[in-house]
Amino acid sequence: MINNTIIFASVAGFSLLVSFALDKQKTRDAIRKGASMFTGIAPSFMNVLVLVSVLLFFVPQEIIAEYMGDESGMLGFFIAAVFGSITLIPGFISYPIAASLIANGISYSVVAVFITTLVMVGVVTLPLEIKYFGRKAAILRNAMNFVAALIIGICVGWLMRIW
Amino acid sequence: MVKRHIELIKKQTKPYIWAITFIAVSIASYFFGFAPGITIYTSFEAFFIEMITFIPFLFVLVGLFDVWFPKKEIEKHIGKKSGITGILLVIILAMLQAGPLYGAFPVAYILYKKGASVRNIFIYLGAFSSMKLPMLGIEIGYLGIEFTVFRTLVTLPLAILIGVLMERFVGGEFEVKDGR
Repeated sequence: MINNTIIFASVAGFSLLVSFALDKQKTRDAIRKGASMFTGIAPSFMNVLVLVSVLLFFVPQEIIAEYMGDESGMLGFFIAAVFGSITLIPGFISYPIAASLIANGISYSVVAVFITTLVMVGVVTLPLEIKYFGRKAAILRNAMNFVAALIIGICVGWLMRIW
Repeated sequence: MVKRHIELIKKQTKPYIWAITFIAVSIASYFFGFAPGITIYTSFEAFFIEMITFIPFLFVLVGLFDVWFPKKEIEKHIGKKSGITGILLVIILAMLQAGPLYGAFPVAYILYKKGASVRNIFIYLGAFSSMKLPMLGIEIGYLGIEFTVFRTLVTLPLAILIGVLMERFVGGEFEVKDGR
């Protein structure tokens, strides 16, 4: 998390300096444009964060881990896919969860589908995505990514077994 | 005068009504010792810090990209006629980034505005969500190099396929707005 900040801040800072040295007016326009886009979308970002925090409370990690570990395998796989699709968990939380799932004997398929749906499908961010891409494209993108995630889960699980 | 100020404040805070309500409930939870409220606020704080420490810089970069890169050039490289090179370029751009998916939407907007093809915009989103280098680093650390390589190799062709399909299904009428 801190690393992200350092990378973003230094790239942005350096680019701003170069830009400012080349053309002051253009740089001012750039900042104005960036700021206006940010203030336009900031309320939606805040809503997403509020929603995710509330959702995470009602569906705590321990319960998720328990259901994903379902012995039948299939049920765990689908629960992982659905839960991963609905929530948005940052990498620094989701990877430790994934590693602990593996340590508890949960299959790589379940973990792969969980990780993939987490990053590629976002139901809580859907209203935000619709604002950018429109309803049809946003829903279609999420639906296709959901199907892709199922395929990825099955393939990765299979590859890890035969490896 | 005062009335006008109040009107203005009302207008500016209205979009934040959910966030303001949430903060108010959190403060109340703190004073009354309401544990669920405090737990929810704690995770909100972590998410908020994650967002606020990179999103403003991202928008500065998007703004700079907007003023410095001419549409004609970008269109030539990642536009409709860009082919394999265009796909490679958007994948590389995506891999060099970091952060959650909602940070990719403003970038998708600026790519669209500069003439990127629908296919490349969605390939960019696919690669962004699953192949960012900083994330691959964390993934290797927790799940091992084999898992990470397999997952990436299976995901990449599917991400490209989704880009192609998205262009076919929504290509004609597709536009990206700036999120307002």
